[in-house]
Amino acid sequence: MLCLGFAFLYIPIFLLIFYSFNYSKVVPVWGGFSLRWYVELFQSEEIWKSVVLSLEIAIMNATFATLLGALAGITMARIKQFRGRTLFSGMISAPLVMPEVITGLSLLLLFITMAEVIGWPTRGITTITIAHITFSLAYVAVIVQSRLVGVDESLEEAAQDLGAKPFRVLIDITIPLLAPALVAGWLLAFTLSLDDLVIASFVSGPGANTLPMLIYSRVKLGLKPDVNALATIIILIVSIGVCIAGWILSRQERQRVLDMQMAESGKFDQNEDEPVRA
Amino acid sequence: MRDRFKKWIESSSAWESIIVAIPYVWLFIFFLIPFFIVLKISFAEYILASPPFSTLFSLADSGAMYMTVIFDNFIYLWEDSLYRDTYVNSLKISVSSTILCLLVGYPIAYGIARATPTAKKIMLLMVILPFWTSFLLRVYAWIGLLSDQGTINSFLMWIGIIDSPIKMLYTEFAVYVGIVYTYVPFMILPLFASIEKLDMTLHEAAADLGSRPFTIFRTITIPLTMPGIIAGSLLVFIPATGEFVIPDLLGGGNVLMIGKVLYSEFNSNQDWPIASAVAIVLLFLLVIPMMIYQKYQAKESSGA
Amino acid sequence: MNTQTDNNNLFADQPWLDPERSPFVKIQSLTKTFGSFTAVSSVDLDIYEGELFSLLGGSGCGKSTLLRMLAGFETPTSGNIFIDDTDMSNVPPYQRPVNMMFQSYALFPHMSVEQNIAYGLKQDGIAKNDIAERVENMLTIVQLTQFAKRKPHQLSGGQRQRVALARALVKKPKVLLLDEPLGALDKRLREQTQFELMNIQEQLGITFIVVTHDQEEAMTLSTRIAVMDQGRFSQIGTPTDIYEYPETRFVANFIGSANMFEGRVVENGADYVTVKTVGSDLSFYIDHSAAVRENTAVWVALRPEKILVSATPPEEQSQYNSVEGVVDDIGYLGNFSIYKIRLANDKIIEITHPNQSRPKHGSHLAQWEEKVYLRWADHSPVLLTK
Repeated sequence: MLCLGFAFLYIPIFLLIFYSFNYSKVVPVWGGFSLRWYVELFQSEEIWKSVVLSLEIAIMNATFATLLGALAGITMARIKQFRGRTLFSGMISAPLVMPEVITGLSLLLLFITMAEVIGWPTRGITTITIAHITFSLAYVAVIVQSRLVGVDESLEEAAQDLGAKPFRVLIDITIPLLAPALVAGWLLAFTLSLDDLVIASFVSGPGANTLPMLIYSRVKLGLKPDVNALATIIILIVSIGVCIAGWILSRQERQRVLDMQMAESGKFDQNEDEPVRA
Repeated sequence: MRDRFKKWIESSSAWESIIVAIPYVWLFIFFLIPFFIVLKISFAEYILASPPFSTLFSLADSGAMYMTVIFDNFIYLWEDSLYRDTYVNSLKISVSSTILCLLVGYPIAYGIARATPTAKKIMLLMVILPFWTSFLLRVYAWIGLLSDQGTINSFLMWIGIIDSPIKMLYTEFAVYVGIVYTYVPFMILPLFASIEKLDMTLHEAAADLGSRPFTIFRTITIPLTMPGIIAGSLLVFIPATGEFVIPDLLGGGNVLMIGKVLYSEFNSNQDWPIASAVAIVLLFLLVIPMMIYQKYQAKESSGA
Repeated sequence: MNTQTDNNNLFADQPWLDPERSPFVKIQSLTKTFGSFTAVSSVDLDIYEGELFSLLGGSGCGKSTLLRMLAGFETPTSGNIFIDDTDMSNVPPYQRPVNMMFQSYALFPHMSVEQNIAYGLKQDGIAKNDIAERVENMLTIVQLTQFAKRKPHQLSGGQRQRVALARALVKKPKVLLLDEPLGALDKRLREQTQFELMNIQEQLGITFIVVTHDQEEAMTLSTRIAVMDQGRFSQIGTPTDIYEYPETRFVANFIGSANMFEGRVVENGADYVTVKTVGSDLSFYIDHSAAVRENTAVWVALRPEKILVSATPPEEQSQYNSVEGVVDDIGYLGNFSIYKIRLANDKIIEITHPNQSRPKHGSHLAQWEEKVYLRWADHSPVLLTK
């Protein structure tokens, strides 16, 4: 059952990669091994432009969403009472499940209204970034919040008790402890932004075509081998990234467990007050 | 004055206010206000202009403000069978694919939760990995599998089971496959979390008291993993109802789903008031599941 | 001048008896409510410099809330706290002259032992050299010099506890607050650490306020104990006072174990009280007077180790402080045994008796179902009116 499940998840992806090396223009017909679609891909100025645009948006989005999401997560986990807390927690969790068409439509209408009233923003990179930040920050907030709930609150109290003012506590204790969550949140926000088609299509303006928008417009017309080539590259980068991250995390975890076991058994202490047991 | 400001900025309450205010203001402007704009426009009239809707508030000569509320859009949605059928069809597809996801996801989640720690880590990573790759590309992959000359039809014809291709792409079947394929990780993860928490000695106790495996599953496993089942189902059901990309790419013109209608009302027909009304009704349908999800989310993350 | 010195000597170990000393920590009608729940209910308390004071009680009795109000993490609903004659009402935690050792130790996981201990000094803007020196000294006191570069997760439970102590002490607080300081240690380590803690306190002369639910811990450590129940103090006193002269039924039952007898005052003499128990012939003669009227309903507590048992009837019969019963159950605990004696009215009395010789050599006082005679001294029972 597990094998079947994973086969279901992975066979389409492998086929996608497989056909990227197909010489034939008609995707499912095998015409021999070739790298021609990769060559074509790298020569396409249109693709490069949209890749650069998407990366720009993704980086800006990830950075701002992490910042705002961290504040929102800290709020949810640490500030128990303030006016409008229910509304706030609603606004944090709603974007996680909100259908994209609704988010996209409502943000576009906001941007149009704003442009009429204050003459800002122009539709394009700015509006896409703002839209992405709005839904990504909710994901970051959830990650930060669940991490912070697992962090003993007395750590922050201890710092205050030792004389640190609230801002120092934030810098010295809370943020370092949140570091893994912030990295995870940044990566997730980055990916969400790179992945989004619907919201970007709604709020984008003339000329601003993100990579998913470009892929969509091509795929809409049928199968495109160069899209397979692009998919292969994306999958490769993501897989390597995720594997490296997973490896680093599991190595840290292993080291930690090892340290703790050794500390408890007193094995790597020569001068411990407890005798070393053979 | 300066001293007072300095004192305020150093106090905890000042920092709390700043921490709360920044994301609050952002979400208020870019998340809450847009809904009121949608709501407002859904009550407006379609006119050939830019922007293509009438204003709801108009200043009369006397300076007093009048508000024209027009329910025409909603009445239109109700009376036109196209919209009604589309809503019904969307709900039918999202409910059925939620059940399918549960049937596919539960055994996988169970298998992962009961694996050895190393295998567990690797398999979890494998469930999450597709999530990090492009959603659009994963949907695209199925075009290659399901089309008339696609991998599945070619394979079936090659081994001689069928003579002519079965039409799979641009059918409801393709939409189901697409939704289950892209959303099943969202089902597996919460299920995994609640199955992993399950104390295996409970199963042993039930067996010891004379329950057969199926009875144990029905009376112990399912009730205790209910939080995971509910969370996973909501995580699939809510976005699937408003799904646009999957019915558009895999369903073609044959499958009506509300996300697609909204998108085309807005982009092709430029009828913003109707698009807004469609969005409001969709939101109305999803508001209860979303509230249930929010409750669940709040409970989970507060560690209760 | 001379009398002053004498006075100091006289009260050196018991500053709370010295009328000329003013309390170092003064708590005045302090109340804390959470919604409709009252955690601490209008308590008053004076703690003197150099004391090792324990707040003892079960979970939810308000002891931790009281400690957190002293540290400044909870704002009192009403009442005041003075430390060294300064009102703490508007002083935030980071400016209070107290430091706390947390139950979870709250060691910063991303800092080494050294950095953890130096953290508080850095906040005070102390020169780098001084910080290094004071950290070094502190590490020596808690015997952790060779672990200075370790991270908290690389330490054993006992070592972590000492880092937490060092981190709080290095700031030379006026008062050190300890929340269940030994709670996370196993039993063997706990006993050893208790004495270390007392030594360090004596060495540095800092006032300690300890919150604990462990009565043994409170008894060994403290100069005085406040027993807390439902947000109030049931009794404040030295360990001996609390154990030997409990003032309420709660305290008598909470500290150690006690046999309780319900009765009525028969006679209230100048230096004695007699009580007749309800539902039996047993009468108590108690050699201390009490402000009770005759015929008031009272309780008498009798500690299990203060009862003498014999298998033969006493030579002289007395109408007071003796009773006969049957052995209902015997629990052998090694160093001593617990006997449950059933009286004529089916009431069970618990008695402990040291096993001075091995069972073979006749250490058991009596066997199951054997008839035994119990008696106790006039100073053993405690009269309780609350």
